[in-house]
Amino acid sequence: MPSLPDMTTPNVAELARDQGGQGPRDVLAETPELKPALFEWLCRMGDSTLVLGHRLSEWCGRGPALEEDIAVANVALDLIGHTQMWLGLAAEVEEGGRSVDDLAYLRDVMRFRNIKLAELPNGDIGRTLMRQFLFDAWHHLMLERLVQSSVTEVAEIAAKALKEVTYHLGRSSDLVIRLGDGTAESHARMQEALDLLWPYTGEMFTGDAVDETVAEAGVAPRPEDLRAAWTALVTEVLFEATLSVPENGDVHRGGKQGRHTEHLGYLLAEMQFLQRAYPGAEW
Amino acid sequence: MYAQMVKSEGSSGEETPEEREFQDRIDRGEKIEPKEWMPAGYRKTLIRQISQHAHSEIVGQLPEGNWITRAPTLERKQILLAKVQDEAGHGLYLYSAAETLGISRDEMYEQLHSGKAKYSSIFNYPTLTWADMGAVGWLVDGAAIMNQVPLQRTSYGPYSRAMIRICKEESFHQRQGYHIMMKMARGTEAQREMAQDALNRFWYPALMMFGPSDANSVHSEQSMAWKIKINTNDELRQRFVNETVPQAEFLGLEVPDPDLAWNEEKGGYDFSQPDWDEFFEVLKGNGPCNKERLGARVKAWEDGAWFRDGLTAYAEKASARRAASATAAE
Repeated sequence: MPSLPDMTTPNVAELARDQGGQGPRDVLAETPELKPALFEWLCRMGDSTLVLGHRLSEWCGRGPALEEDIAVANVALDLIGHTQMWLGLAAEVEEGGRSVDDLAYLRDVMRFRNIKLAELPNGDIGRTLMRQFLFDAWHHLMLERLVQSSVTEVAEIAAKALKEVTYHLGRSSDLVIRLGDGTAESHARMQEALDLLWPYTGEMFTGDAVDETVAEAGVAPRPEDLRAAWTALVTEVLFEATLSVPENGDVHRGGKQGRHTEHLGYLLAEMQFLQRAYPGAEW
Repeated sequence: MYAQMVKSEGSSGEETPEEREFQDRIDRGEKIEPKEWMPAGYRKTLIRQISQHAHSEIVGQLPEGNWITRAPTLERKQILLAKVQDEAGHGLYLYSAAETLGISRDEMYEQLHSGKAKYSSIFNYPTLTWADMGAVGWLVDGAAIMNQVPLQRTSYGPYSRAMIRICKEESFHQRQGYHIMMKMARGTEAQREMAQDALNRFWYPALMMFGPSDANSVHSEQSMAWKIKINTNDELRQRFVNETVPQAEFLGLEVPDPDLAWNEEKGGYDFSQPDWDEFFEVLKGNGPCNKERLGARVKAWEDGAWFRDGLTAYAEKASARRAASATAAE
């Protein structure tokens, strides 16, 4: 057991903190009018990783195998880490005196900017893995492009996250293949999950004025530009998994603009409980 | 914690030359390795002790998992997730160590799910407020470390090596728990109240983690001769109280024991025993959360059957395909 002085070292709180870069923001310096759109876009990235990471953390201690418990927690941990970076940068860009935690814990549903796919309930482990695969495939392509972002901080975050997401995608596509081509039951469950989730995938490739502004400034690719590569990647994996690709992937949108499913409110009620119940307390 | 009620299987009758030689090796401080000869009782006792410890790590994810989705900041959420992930990892090392003794992980799960194998009774207590994440880290991991540090020197090689890895991570767990308590104890009135309440609820269950007094237990003697157990339950409990009381004072919290007093003569605190009747009730399955904890594990296992079957079926198909293509190539 550590001795008392050892127990009181304050650095425990810093162990999980990511250092945000303090480098020059060239594009932002030249075009300060970009800030509102950039803030919105950063919230879309950070809220999607936050909400999905939160969903994964619900699996804690309940996975189908010990190795899976560890892996799911690991991916959740990575995504919450990305959230720290994306929302941390959003708070800096906003210059409104809000902290990362203020953004995560004190915004209500209509201010959340995650895609709807991320907030859908876990269902069985098959649905969780299929949701992860569809997201990872997009996430990976997006980060590959963001490494070239005109905003240095965005490029740095992307480079850091890309290493982890490469592993996420490798893992989720492998499991989708194995379970799709496993038993009749695992195949049926994976197909059912795919059918349910597919109509939410279109939102990842649908741009609006915010996307256009950040794309114009070279911050991020246009969402539409990722569609072809995503479709090719996903189709190949689903083919190997012996699963059939559903027809219409573009039914449910609105998450990026703050119009969510009914599920998000409950997620936030749980996640934000302490910050809401004890305003101003430090934890 | 894990070793609270493991009774060793002593040999009956005369000591054989093999048993003598085995005991001499242990007395010389040699490690026993998986393929080497060992008395049946040693093997059986170790399997029970290591698997009970592994089960405790796995079930132990649940009371803390209960607060991961409600952690108050992103950083706290990350720390708690990392901690619970470590615990699953500890379960994995320990199941692997037990497997070297000739039992499979599935058999051990079966024993857990049927209620035949035990896990630490501390995890049958509920985590009611965020301060409980502090109390669990500080007191429960603190008590676990007290037990585990000596076990790094245990005679069975794979167990000893697993304990060395586990102890490194546990001390981080304990510090993060204490840090939560510090924030709460020095926070708002409501936070201080939660911190004191958590200490009140977890103090005696933490003392129970060392097991009942083993003054009269012959089984303990055998386990100590085999270096499966290094200290007596009472020694460890006393050491825990001696270290924890000043930590509580530093936090400005009160240990819920009116009879707690420093005893100059023995160089330690005098303290009240926990309610051992309650301990045995919890062990029998009548604790506040026994049904929920075991139920959650059984449900996870049953719900995951199709997943495990799917992976197995795929692996079989893949190896059949490889075999077929090898034949075709000939």
